[in-house]
Amino acid sequence: MNRVTLFAICASAGFLLYILEMVRRRKLREEYSILWLFGSTFILVLSLKQDWLVGIAHAVGIVYPPSFLFLVGILFILLILIHFSIAISKLHQMNKKMAQEIALLKTKTNERRGAP
Amino acid sequence: MEGTPPRILVVIPAYQEERSIGGLVRTLRERFPYDVLVVNDGSTDRTSEAAREAGAIVLDLPCNIGIGGAVQTGFQFARDRGYDIVVRIDGDGQHEVEDIPKVLEPILAGQADAVIGSRFLGETEYRGSIPRIFGIRFFRLLVNLTTGYRVTDPTSGFFAINRPLIEFYSHHYPSDYPEVDAYILMHRLKSRAVEVPVRMYERAEGKSSITAFRAVYYMVKVTLSFLINCIRRFG
Repeated sequence: MNRVTLFAICASAGFLLYILEMVRRRKLREEYSILWLFGSTFILVLSLKQDWLVGIAHAVGIVYPPSFLFLVGILFILLILIHFSIAISKLHQMNKKMAQEIALLKTKTNERRGAP
Repeated sequence: MEGTPPRILVVIPAYQEERSIGGLVRTLRERFPYDVLVVNDGSTDRTSEAAREAGAIVLDLPCNIGIGGAVQTGFQFARDRGYDIVVRIDGDGQHEVEDIPKVLEPILAGQADAVIGSRFLGETEYRGSIPRIFGIRFFRLLVNLTTGYRVTDPTSGFFAINRPLIEFYSHHYPSDYPEVDAYILMHRLKSRAVEVPVRMYERAEGKSSITAFRAVYYMVKVTLSFLINCIRRFG
């Protein structure tokens, strides 16, 4: 086993364990961890089985196998970013709704206190 | 509801307008029998107190959620309290309160669902900055082309709507430049919208939400949201 393979295995395994630990400690919600877990498992499998990487790369017509990894990495990051944009939009909507509800409720309670 | 007079609410979204809001509310309360609601969009100054002291009902939003969200809160209030008509005006003294009856008239007569006060109909002394005028021209074209409404002042924040629109807007109201976007919603509800001439002044207090720099950004954003509202589903 050469040094770069060992490094890839250690890095991706460490990453996977880190994600799992964050989920376990409830610092990362399950719904967001799925993409990360999926991504890190994928990388780990490919660093363990490098002939699979070569095979897949050739199958999609990529001559230099590591560039297939870059492609996967970039697509993965894009996916996560879109996921976050959606999450932020949802939070924005919820935030607006809550601010509105609070304002309406505040007026209602003030009225009650003022004129019972 | 035959015979009972319609309940009318004047909604004023306000952000950092402590200097102008009190006088405006007081004038409204003196001249008209309508209830006045000030939606304080997270102001850190005395906007809320000034409005309350002048006799307005005040909704205090806990943080700044933007003009569309603030106005929508006013619609939600009107929906919950059973108002028949909402008039929306600005809190910075740009709009002439004497024109409110003109904006109400077509709705009271049952001839329109929405009445928009236009600063470009009839005699007018209004002069805006170049980006503002350009933006108004652009949005006018956009609204006219896509909805068929004959609109002269698509960004006017001086308008009145009836009960069905109050209910619809309390659920769906756009966030930036809500007035432009609102046309497509009205169009999809097949609402009858008319314009009446009103007087508008250069703002007395507060800052415009439009600066030359942000104009282009907002135009792109509003156009996008406008076009998406053409194809969006409303459940």
